[in-house]
This record gives sequence, C-alpha cells and structure tokens, in this order.
Amino acid sequence: MFRSTRSLIIALQRAKDCRLHTCGQRLSEVAEYESPITDDYKKGPMEGRALYLDAQATTPLDPRVLDKMMPYLTVYHGNPHSRTHMYGWESEAAVEHARQQVANLIGADKKEVIFTSGATECNNIAVKGVARFYKSKKTHIVTTQTEHKCVLDSCRALEGEGFDVTYISVKSNGLIDLNELEAAIKPSTSLVSIMMVNNEIGVKQPIEEIGTICRKKKVFFHTDAAQAIGKVPVDVNTMNIDLMSISGHKLYGPKGIGALYVRRRPRVRVEPLQSGGGQERGMRSGTVPAPLAVGLGAACELAQTEMDYDHRYINTLSNHLIEKITSNLSQVVRNGDPIAWYPGCVNLSFACVEGESLLMALKDVALSSGSACTSASLEPSYVLRAIGASEDLAHSSIRFGIGRFTTFEEVDYTADNTIQHVKRLREMSPLWEMVEDGIDLKTIKWTQH
Amino acid sequence: MGPTRNAILSLYRNLIQESKKWNSYNYRMYALRKIRHEFKENKTLTDEEKVRQCYTKGLETLSMIKKQVVLGDLYSTRPLIIETKSKLNTTQ
Repeated sequence: MFRSTRSLIIALQRAKDCRLHTCGQRLSEVAEYESPITDDYKKGPMEGRALYLDAQATTPLDPRVLDKMMPYLTVYHGNPHSRTHMYGWESEAAVEHARQQVANLIGADKKEVIFTSGATECNNIAVKGVARFYKSKKTHIVTTQTEHKCVLDSCRALEGEGFDVTYISVKSNGLIDLNELEAAIKPSTSLVSIMMVNNEIGVKQPIEEIGTICRKKKVFFHTDAAQAIGKVPVDVNTMNIDLMSISGHKLYGPKGIGALYVRRRPRVRVEPLQSGGGQERGMRSGTVPAPLAVGLGAACELAQTEMDYDHRYINTLSNHLIEKITSNLSQVVRNGDPIAWYPGCVNLSFACVEGESLLMALKDVALSSGSACTSASLEPSYVLRAIGASEDLAHSSIRFGIGRFTTFEEVDYTADNTIQHVKRLREMSPLWEMVEDGIDLKTIKWTQH
Repeated sequence: MGPTRNAILSLYRNLIQESKKWNSYNYRMYALRKIRHEFKENKTLTDEEKVRQCYTKGLETLSMIKKQVVLGDLYSTRPLIIETKSKLNTTQ
C-alpha cells in the first residue's frame, strides 16, 4: 500500500510537471495575445508607410516653418538673453519678432506672450500659478470634466493643497451649460478654466459667452486653446480671455514649444512654478529656445494667412469622410456637437465593434481611439463617458484627425478601409447578430458579472 | 514695372516642376494644390503693386521649395501605402 502511494505521488508529480510545461507554453501565448502590438506589427504594413490621420496628437512640421527655423538651428546659435554681443542680439531680435507674430494671431500685445515648453506647461502655470497667487483671498476653481489631463491633474494637485475645485458636467453634445457655470462661480472663485476645442471630440465651447460671464463675475478666465489656435479665429479681447495656452506642434510648428497669453490690463498675476533667471517676465525662467520660438512664430503667421483656406479644405474632407462612412454603415454614432465643432476632429463610435481591434485591423492608417495620453490604457475615454456615452460605445470610438497636409485620397482610402473592417468585425460578433435581430443589448441580463 | 506675363507663367511652371520632386507625398500634394489655388485666385489681379508682391512671394517660395526638396531627399522614408497602391493600379 505504501509503495503504491509513493508511485501514485511520483505519477502525480510527473503529470504536474507535464502540465506546468504545457501551461508555460500557453502562458506565453496568452502574454503575446495581450499585446497585439508586436515588434513585427510596429514595422507597419508591407506595402508602404501608414497614412497619418491623427492631427490632434501632433501635426507634421510645415516646410515653410522649418525653412525659417533652419538659420537659428545652424548659424545663429546665440542665447537670446545675452546682452553683450551680436550673437545674443540676433537671437533676441528673432525671438521678439516671433513673439509679435504669436500676439498678432490672437489679437494681443507682444508683452503679454510668454514662451514655455508646451501647452502642458502653460496649463500648469495658468491653473496652479493663478490659484496659488490669489490663495490668501480666493480658494475656489471651476473647470469642466472634459478638460485635458494636465488641467485636471493640476486641479487634483491643488485639491491636495486645500483648494476647492468644481468640475462642471457637460451636456450630451459635449458643450457646457452656461447657467451651470454661472451658478458654480462663487465669491471665492479665482479662476475658471475651460478648453476652447476638445482634443477628443472636437467640440468648440462658447468661449465668448463664458468670457462675458467671467468678466461680469470678476474671475479670471483661462482657456486651453492648444487644439484651437490657427484653426478657429481667436481674439483675446473680444472673447474676454485672461490666460490662454498655445502649443507649437498642434499648428504645424515645432515640438517642444508653447506660448502662454497672460493679460496685462486688468493685470493677471501668477506664481511661477520654476525658479531661475527671471526670463519671460519672471513667469517662466530658463533660456528661451530661439529656433523653436522662431518656428512657433512662423507657424502662427502662416496659420493667420492660411486659416480660411485650410478650414474650407478640411471641412470638405471631413464631410466626405462622415458621409461615406455613415452611408455605408449603420449604427454609427458621431460624438460631439455637429455645429459647434472643429471639422478636423471626427470622433465616431461603431456599435458592436471594439475600438482597439478596429485600430489594430486598420494598420494602414495611423489613427487613435482618443487622446494620445490615454490610448495606452484599455479604459474607455473619460471625455466620452462625461458626455454620457454608454460604456460599449465609449469603447468602440475612433478619432479621425484631418489636417493641412491630409489629401482627399487618404481620407477616401481610410473610409474604405474602415467600412471594410467594421463589416468584417461585425460579422464575427454575436452581439451584432442580436442587434440585427432587433434585440436591445441593454435589456440583456449577463450572468457572472 | 511689374513682371511680364511670360515671367509669371515661367514662375508657375518652375514652382510646379520643383514641387513634383518632393519626396514626401503629403508635402508634394499640398504644394501642388496650394500653388494652383494661389495662381487661380490671383489670376484677375490688375493692381501692379499687388502683382509685384505676389511675384516676389512666388520667387521666395520657389527658393524655399528647392531647399526643402533637397532636405527631404536627405531624410526620406519609404513611400506611403497610398502611393504604392495607386502605382499598382495604374500599371495593372
């Protein structure tokens, strides 16, 4: 009996080893499955490079901008803050010219423009800087649920410092309710921060009306205009904007530069985040990168002259994309308001199709399911959830970004590909069969949840 | 005196020819589209001063395109999928 037990144990151990072995194999398969973006996949399609339709993540540098930057990347290498020699004076003149170009685009004075490293830094300086400077009198901030992560995270950081933050909700079209905003502003409010054009769904908030409310209630108004500058007309005076964030690489300029508009009359004061040599009116110490500043200036000047032409062109392309997709596929939902909207950002949800699998299938086109900051996680977009999209539709959304350099053929190719893959994925989906049979998926009670 | 009709036409031809050399599909298509649009838009321009301004702008653009075409050749990528596919379609 004793012996038989021992042999049984040995046999069991062997079986266990064997199972572990196969298990190990299967585990590695599972691990590979979990990340469909393999090194091979990253090489892109065999036939050629993928098309770029992600203009909200970043835009290519305009060759005309690069042409203006090149001298400052090569021969004019001076520090713009050097006051004692011609290398410094050359760079300083170029930076000041660029500052004027940025100011012209937004209808500001050049002294009100401050160069930073990008819109994230601008938003940090604006939100944290204003809140901290006026802390002794006012400790309340108003923002929206659909802001960019850097504004929301700055607000979270301020909450930790004892500030009170109101996150106002948006309607199902992505726009805020002006009455709700007015009600949210308290006597202790120092700042209202609302983005101009949303980076995920492209809706354009009623900035002029918000500016009027803020001026009436005597609170500072900050707007994140990274996605709006150069694409929709902006005037800081008619819109009553007190602080505004601008990003270089969203308007065909170089990456790594942005500009913050800070009003001088009535004066807005901010506490700097960075200590140093007191450059940029002490709000952002550190040497201004002259070539990048020149690039941002050139991009702003171009944007001013090209805005009408680009807008008309992008409008025809996005209309074609939407029309072609919606006429060939049923159950496609357009996220965001169809009127107060920037046409270069088309966000569509395809019922019964998982967004990530569609993105993987569309390997010929560089697309994104939402903002680049959150596309790494499998969480559905918080912007789509804020506009009240159901979990499944939020998971199945794709953002098509159209820009100055997108061609009609690219848009047409993308639409064809999308239609083909959505149809294929839906054919495989048991949920789609149910939808076609007229079963409302929301009425189904799933077990084991 | 403003530029002659021949000078303007030759500028247009040069701009189109240079743009066609652009390695990058997107820049090339944009340049061709934009040049054609600008010339069509300003076709009926009669004010001599404005014609002269446009002509100088065109010359500047031509030298910029020449430089950027060279730069594009130095850092080229393989063609976009849409270019290879359209070539396949035309040869078939």
